[in-house]
Order: sequence, then structure tokens, then C-alpha cells
Amino acid sequence: MKNALAKYRKWSWYEATARERIAALLDSGSFTEFIGPEKREISPHLVLFDLPEAFDDGIIVGRGMVQSRQVLLAAQEGRFMGGTFGEVHGAKLVGLLRYARDDQDAPRVVLLLLDTGGVRLQEANVGELAVSEIIRAVLEARMAGVTVIAMIGGRAGCFGGGGIIAGCCSRIVISEQGRTSVSGPEVIETNMGVEEFDSRDRPLVWRTTGGKTRRLLGGADAYAEDSIDSFRDAAFSLLDRIPAFELDTVEKEHARLAQRLEKFGQCHDAPEIWKAMGIAEPDGIADLSDEVFNQIAQAQKEANHDAR
Amino acid sequence: MMLDNLLNVLFPASHDTQVEKEGILYGTARYGQGKTAAVVGLVNRTPLGVEGALSLASHVLEVIRHSPGRPIAVLIDAQSQRMRRRDEMLGLNEYLAHLTKCFVLAGQLGHRTVGILFGSAAAGAFIATGLVQDMLAAVPGGEPVVMDLPSIARVTKLPQDRLEALSKETPVFAPGLAHATPIGAVAEIWNDGDLATKLAMALDGLPGAPDRRDEIGAERKGRLKAAAVAKRVAQEATALADGERQRMPCTDR
Repeated sequence: MKNALAKYRKWSWYEATARERIAALLDSGSFTEFIGPEKREISPHLVLFDLPEAFDDGIIVGRGMVQSRQVLLAAQEGRFMGGTFGEVHGAKLVGLLRYARDDQDAPRVVLLLLDTGGVRLQEANVGELAVSEIIRAVLEARMAGVTVIAMIGGRAGCFGGGGIIAGCCSRIVISEQGRTSVSGPEVIETNMGVEEFDSRDRPLVWRTTGGKTRRLLGGADAYAEDSIDSFRDAAFSLLDRIPAFELDTVEKEHARLAQRLEKFGQCHDAPEIWKAMGIAEPDGIADLSDEVFNQIAQAQKEANHDAR
Repeated sequence: MMLDNLLNVLFPASHDTQVEKEGILYGTARYGQGKTAAVVGLVNRTPLGVEGALSLASHVLEVIRHSPGRPIAVLIDAQSQRMRRRDEMLGLNEYLAHLTKCFVLAGQLGHRTVGILFGSAAAGAFIATGLVQDMLAAVPGGEPVVMDLPSIARVTKLPQDRLEALSKETPVFAPGLAHATPIGAVAEIWNDGDLATKLAMALDGLPGAPDRRDEIGAERKGRLKAAAVAKRVAQEATALADGERQRMPCTDR
């Protein structure tokens, strides 16, 4: 068993399933799932579309320990319906966050392992409403003193409402493979044309939505290598500097985002931004090792802030 | 309903608002018995990009800073989030998140927030302006959309006529007010009667009111599972903690 877990820890976060991420992230045997798959709490809507259900509706929520510290955790399974928010899927996360908000004895840290294309279109209305309930619950939990950390590095990325949820968390951890935005590249191309965004231009997609871009601009607070160990270390390195959700923080965030627009609003591509930030070789960012990139990111003013 | 017409109907005593670039509405209005409300919004069917989100957020912060306790009416006739590569590169998700934080913070700091949907609103723009408020009402013309049926047909690979037939059986996916209300997204539809009185009552409601939309969806039988599932997660979490406490030896007696 121990050997099996050691194998997972070195595993790619990107390649792992949601359950593998949990197994390797948490202390061995410490996880208890709420409304687990044996309860068969499936989506009541997918049957209308002749689509198969999942017994966990693509999300696992529960409680466990990371290095002997109690945490609540939710992990989306990007391989089921793209990790999308449906009615049951969303409600499980809402319930977890409200529990953290309301019960002072609950763990004070919530890890969100986001891996999502956004709202599940077959359940579009209830999925979107779930996203807005999650946002509200995240912010109310933060106000009650709970730390909510988003972890982004899965196959489905973190798009649509998922991107907005991440932006409401206390902190965001991302890997190079982690991509996040509101409209995904394919959606922009479909709606606005290939000249606006060529979703098949992979380097362009990565440097627009990818982890390195997000980290340098301050859209993520820590950068992880693509391993479960690295995600754990990155998340825990943030715990001693958690911004409170209050007027002062929101005003600082306002100033930060205003300054970003002022400085970089005219840039057309990410390397232009990096150049304007004073990074020596902006065109080489994509090829940097994780270690070297992390050093550069940690030295950037824009990338390191308490304004979230 | 057109914006000017709507303002006259909602605030017959007086209103003083303007629309700046990016379709951002702001100003003040009198309501009820000589009370003042802040008025903000996203109008003229404008998509919400980084500039618009920041500008709207600055008006909300202004109200929080300078007008303690003043309720905020949020008028909405928008599109979706702006679909530009440049906006996404700059981190549109953070700008939309920031705007939602400003509204939630306003509620928590004693400003009742009431969304009034009088046109369209979709996706991220709907989340950040409409679905985030203490209460969301719709007036004639209000038409929430997550995604239009042709797009859903493309993604789900189902013929559009099949989707149209399905949408008559369930409110969970198709666009429109008739579907947004039973699930609890829209609290009230103000179709006729005295809209100004209805708005005044809404503005005098509880700031930062608890989010009961899942329970409302269950009461209206449009969203049957959400409230029960959310409650059960908390129950299982509490039961787990209680069980552990009981197993722990008593050391203080």
C-alpha cells in the first residue's frame, strides 16, 4: 500500500484521476468521502440526453488530513463530462463550503481540486446557478475565517464559471499544464472567428491561458511542478499568508487589477506583457524549467500580492 | 422595456443616472418614502469585458465607501462575458471574480443588493451582475440565457427540435425566464402592477440575505435535488465529527 501511494505521489497531476489525486495528496487512510459513489447520487438529467451517469456525478467531496492537518477537499473528475458543474455536482460542493462556513469545529482549510470545462450544458441553468451558489459560499466561508485554495492543473483546465470560482478563492495554485480563463479558446473561436483566437495554435493557447502566464501576472499565487507532491507543497507554502475577505483586500485587488490594465491593457500577446514587466528573455519563458521559472515568478512584483 | 422607460417606472419620484462607456450605468434614485438608492448596471446589451467589470466594480466600491447602508439596484441588459483573446490573456476571470466580490461584500456590509433583469444576460456576465445579488427580479423583456439552443444542439449533438421538445419537460437547460424562475435563479417576476412599490419592498429587504435559492427551487419543483444534496453533505460531515468526539476518551472528568 505504501509503495502504491509513493508511486502516485510522483505521478503527474495532469494525468491522474480525481481519486488518484486525493489518494496521493492526503495522508494514507485519512479520507472520508461525503455522499460517496455507493450512495449513487447521480444526475437526474443526463438520462434525458441518453448519456451515462457517474455514481459521484464527477466530483468527490470529503474530509482528510494533509501532513496531519485536517482539511476539507473537493476534487472534480475532468474525465466525466469534462468535470462540468451540474445540479448534483454543484450541490455537493455548495454543501461542503456551507459546512465549513457554519461549523466552527470544521477544518479551516478547503482544497478545491478544480478540473472543469465550466457549466454542464445539458444542465445549463441549474449548473450556472450552482456556480453562483458556490461563489457565494466560497466568499461567505472566507468571511467566516476559512481558507479556500484552488488547485489547477488537470486535463479539463478550469474554464467558464470554474475560472470565476477560482478567482474568488483565497489562493490559487497552478502548474504549467493548468489553463484557466472564462471563455475557452474553442468557444471564442466558434463565436468570434479564427482570426480572434485560433484554438489549434497550441503555443498561443498556452501563453494566453496557461499556468506560466497566470502566475507571472498574479492570476495565480504559486506555481507547482506537474506532480501531486509539488501541488501539496505549493498549496501549503501559501497557508501562512492568506488574505482575509474584507473591504481592505477588495480595494487592494481593485488597485491591482486597475494597474494591470493600465500597464498591459495595450499588449497583444503575453510576451509583450513579460517584456513590459522587465523580464529579460520574454520569448524564452515557455522553455524554462519549472525551477528557473519559479525563481523568476517569485521576483516579480505583479505575481506576488495579498490582493485577492 | 427601454432603460429610460424602466427608470421612470421604477423610480417615479426622481432618478439621476448616466451610462458611461462599456455600457456601465451609475447614479442615484429616490424610492419609497423619500429614501435614496444607488443605481448601477450593465445596459445596452453590452458584453462584459475587463474594463467594464472594473468600472462597475469601482461604482460599487464607491457606494460602500461613501454611502453606508444605501441599497443598490442593479439594472441588467447585457450579453455574455466579452469573448476576446486579449481579455482572457489579461485575466478576465479575475475581473469578473472581483466584481462578484464587490457585490457580495456590499451585502455583507449592510447594502441590500437587488438585481433587475430587463433584457438579456448570459453566462459570466449573468453570474457577475445578476446571480450574485441578494435578490434577482425580472421585468418584461428580462431573458436570461446560459447558452442558446443551437449552441447546445452543437455540443450535445442532439437535433434542435428534440431539444425544444425536451425543454418543455424540464427547466434545467433551455434559455428563458420560464426556466430560470422555477429553479430559483429569479426570485420574482414583476409583470404588472406597481413596479416602484415592488422594488421599494425589495430594496428594504435584508442585506446579505442567506442564499436560499436551492430551497426555493425545491419549493417550486424546478430543482429537486440541489438543496437536499447540499444539506446531506453537511449532515454527513457533522456526523463524522460527532462520531469521532464520542470515541475520544474523556479526560476532563
